[in-house]
Amino acid sequence: MRVGTVKEITDGEARVAITPDSAKRIIKLGYDVAIETGAGKVAGFDDFQYEEAGVSVLSSADDLWDTSEIIVKVNPPSTGEVEDLGEGKAVISFVYPQERQELLDLCASRKLSMLAMDMVPRISRAQKMDALSSMANIAGYRSVIEAGNNFGRFFTGQVTAAGKVPPAQVLVIGAGVAGLSAIGTATSLGAMVKAFDVRPEVAEQIESMGAQFLFLDFEEDASGSGGYAKPSSPEFREKQLELFRKVAPEIDIVITTALIPGVGAPKLWLADMVEAMKPGSVIVDLAAEKGGNCDLTKPGEKIVADNKVTIIGYTDFPSRMATQSSLLYATNIFHLLSDLTPEKNGMPFINMEDDVIRGATVAHGGEITYPPPPPKIQAIAVQPKIATKELTPEEKRHEELVKFKADTKRQISFLIAGGIVTALLGLVAPVSFMQHFVVFVLSCFVGYQVIWNVSHSLHTPLMSVTNAISGIIIIGAILQIGTLNTTILVLSGISLLIATINIVGGFYVTRRMLAMFQRS
Amino acid sequence: MSEGLLASIYIAASVLFILSLGGLSNQEKAKRAIWYGMAGMAIAVISTLGSIAFVSEDSLLGIQNIEIIGAALLVGSVIGIIVAQRVEMTGMPQLVAALHSFVGLAAVFTGINAQIVVESVHVLGNNQELFGFAKKIVSKDAVELSILKIEVLLGVFIGAITFTGSVIAFGKLAGRITSKPFKFPGGHIWNILLLIGCIVLGYLYFVGDQGVDLLVYVSILAGIIGILLIMGIGGADMPVVVSMLNSYSGWAAAAIGFTLSNDLLIVTGALVGSSGAILSYIMCRAMNRNFVSVILGGFGGSGEAIQSVGGEQIAIDADGVATLITDADSIIIVPGYGMAVAQAQGPISELTQRLVAQGKTVRFAIHPVAGRLPGHMNVLLAEAKVPYDIVLEMDEINEDFPSTDLAIIIGSNDIVNPAAQEDPNSPIAGMPVLEVWKANQVIVSKRGQGTGYSGIENSLFFKENTRMFFGDAKDSVNKLLTLIS
Repeated sequence: MRVGTVKEITDGEARVAITPDSAKRIIKLGYDVAIETGAGKVAGFDDFQYEEAGVSVLSSADDLWDTSEIIVKVNPPSTGEVEDLGEGKAVISFVYPQERQELLDLCASRKLSMLAMDMVPRISRAQKMDALSSMANIAGYRSVIEAGNNFGRFFTGQVTAAGKVPPAQVLVIGAGVAGLSAIGTATSLGAMVKAFDVRPEVAEQIESMGAQFLFLDFEEDASGSGGYAKPSSPEFREKQLELFRKVAPEIDIVITTALIPGVGAPKLWLADMVEAMKPGSVIVDLAAEKGGNCDLTKPGEKIVADNKVTIIGYTDFPSRMATQSSLLYATNIFHLLSDLTPEKNGMPFINMEDDVIRGATVAHGGEITYPPPPPKIQAIAVQPKIATKELTPEEKRHEELVKFKADTKRQISFLIAGGIVTALLGLVAPVSFMQHFVVFVLSCFVGYQVIWNVSHSLHTPLMSVTNAISGIIIIGAILQIGTLNTTILVLSGISLLIATINIVGGFYVTRRMLAMFQRS
Repeated sequence: MSEGLLASIYIAASVLFILSLGGLSNQEKAKRAIWYGMAGMAIAVISTLGSIAFVSEDSLLGIQNIEIIGAALLVGSVIGIIVAQRVEMTGMPQLVAALHSFVGLAAVFTGINAQIVVESVHVLGNNQELFGFAKKIVSKDAVELSILKIEVLLGVFIGAITFTGSVIAFGKLAGRITSKPFKFPGGHIWNILLLIGCIVLGYLYFVGDQGVDLLVYVSILAGIIGILLIMGIGGADMPVVVSMLNSYSGWAAAAIGFTLSNDLLIVTGALVGSSGAILSYIMCRAMNRNFVSVILGGFGGSGEAIQSVGGEQIAIDADGVATLITDADSIIIVPGYGMAVAQAQGPISELTQRLVAQGKTVRFAIHPVAGRLPGHMNVLLAEAKVPYDIVLEMDEINEDFPSTDLAIIIGSNDIVNPAAQEDPNSPIAGMPVLEVWKANQVIVSKRGQGTGYSGIENSLFFKENTRMFFGDAKDSVNKLLTLIS
């Protein structure tokens, strides 16, 4: 079967769904791969590179649509593109099915299969085909680069002969994939990064990327399902805006990435906050496509506000890095194809029992299969949030004191109990016994102190050497063997023999083992 | 040889034994300390022989059997050396268990002998010229004789459990008996009945005059208890079992020491006993299990639903693993029992040498209960010439995983299971584990898709940064050796 991709017809789209590298891997799945001539040109992949990878280069889009059974794309196909497709063919691309009822109807009526890359469920096993995350990662990186391009200063703080440069203060709102990627990029450029998210459990991720988590002291957990956020209450929103208002004057660069599934972009950076910012500051609104997080954002454009704050509302960040995003997207596509072709025989099998494939399929066999039922597997294990409060030094000291006291108490009660037992024993037992008992107790004590110091790595030699020395029981046999009694003679003879094996074998093997331990 | 001189030599031997154990705190000291142990044993045995050699020929219980002693010492030494030379390091657990059984058996025999001597002294009365142990018994009063009986009883009881338990442990470790926990119908009821039987027989022995046959019965019942107990414990609990038997062999020796009024035996027995007890404690703590529940066998859960593990295990081939290894700068290898089974330590050592030569940081992380014997992995790696300073224990290395590029798991399962920390209802919840999943990338070398000893799924295998490298560990590593030079 043939997998093909066409040149994207959307304005300004530079990405391509198959790269020469991914083509090689798709061919290994048993498919024949074709592209429309020039499909990868803007993304930096020439036709001859594809040909070298074993791809047929077709001269027209129509040819490609006609001869391919599976068409992979970046953007959703136009209704015009799928109108003439033969029954049973499949289209894989970003679809955004919630906005494209007409396209779905058309696919259903023409019995086409349509798989939406944006509908791949967010579960661990589907991460390799999660194109939204790949693209968000790029958008996050690019947003920092765009901001830097429009920001008149260094990111990193420097002390130079010509004066001191303070580090840029960056605020990232929304710590999803894009937000975390932006945090990582900005910190590695040397900026001081603060980040905010309504989901308290991402604090750890934010801190792991090197940013400071802006903590909002408010009892509400806004984690929705699938690792996305859900809308917050008006009170919470007020608190949140108050926090932003407070930090706005000191922030140089704001990157907003807040999106709530099905609701769109909440307005979080209001006009008065833009006004409060210093001239020359930059706002990058990654949510511009869905209306923007900032009041002043104009989707697709870069504007400069009255107080010289630049507001970037581009909606095509991934396309601005077409080579990188094509490479990642093509790999995501390959992984989906690979899951669709478990036999690696070039025959796709749309298994509606498979959570991932079921989720991605929005039309199949003459029916609209969107929205999918909830996945059987919990998206990302939601860990019950355990409130761990940082202890103050006094509390720590107090805790240590309590522990020490408990320890002392335990030790003293052990000593008292041991003393009582020994005393009771001493009341009944004769002196001859007690003398040996003293030796016994002291030896246990010495053993206890000595053994705790034994290195873990030497536990096996410890066992074999204790084995060897417990062969000391040979002394008992020696003391008894001088006898005329046959039973005693036989028993102690055997004891003597096996105790000797024990001693000699134990010491010898310990010696052998210890000699093997070598320093590098 | 006078008693005083003998006692002073025993003191010297005790000190040497303590030094030989204390020296095990580090590898270099240990190499010296082992000689202390040998010297202590040599002077103790030689001087004890000397003490009986100078007793007059015509005394009733005098020395007539020097040839037998010589023969036993010679044959025993030869057997000991042959066994110790031949044993494979993977076979250490079996050898240790076998040696424990010897101590247990010797304790039983010595205890029974003591009773025979007591009875014969009783018959002969006080009018004979006696020496040694018999002389000591004659001078004992009634209370002391009662205490002696308790001591004999304890020595025989513990010795018999140690003997049969170690034999079973040996069989399990050597693979001659199934290592799965084996439950008898009725379970621990039998053990309780047997224990009651022992107590009744022990009481009869204690109050009666004649008792050799009773002692034999006690040792038989105790022996059955030993069999039942160890049969019910399996697989990864063996480190606890072996160290427990180690401890018992020490207590048995100490009890015999009391019987014979011999301080050297008491000291040594107590040292060995507490050593084994501490080892058992360390092993139990490393599994977050309590000693009693390990000994009673089986793996108990809390009864609540265990989190089901979902997702897909992502397989990887040798080429992929080689690429990951080549890309990684810091690598931690986590070996487990599977490495011992596959005898993969040699190829792993070779791989380690090559990677270190390439300038990579390669270290080993050892969980306290990895393998079937405390410290088993360390010995195997040492045998394969992995330098011991790159072999670290859990507490030393656990916090380094987040800054590590690649963790390679070879033949271990439960000790790297994240469920211990993530799922409060898991049977292994709370067990300290190596946090390998925090490494950037994890490779698991494993024979098949089975579960570990605890029988629970390992969510590590389903993590997104984990790749499964299926196949025999030795073959797998050998394949890597052809790809990495």
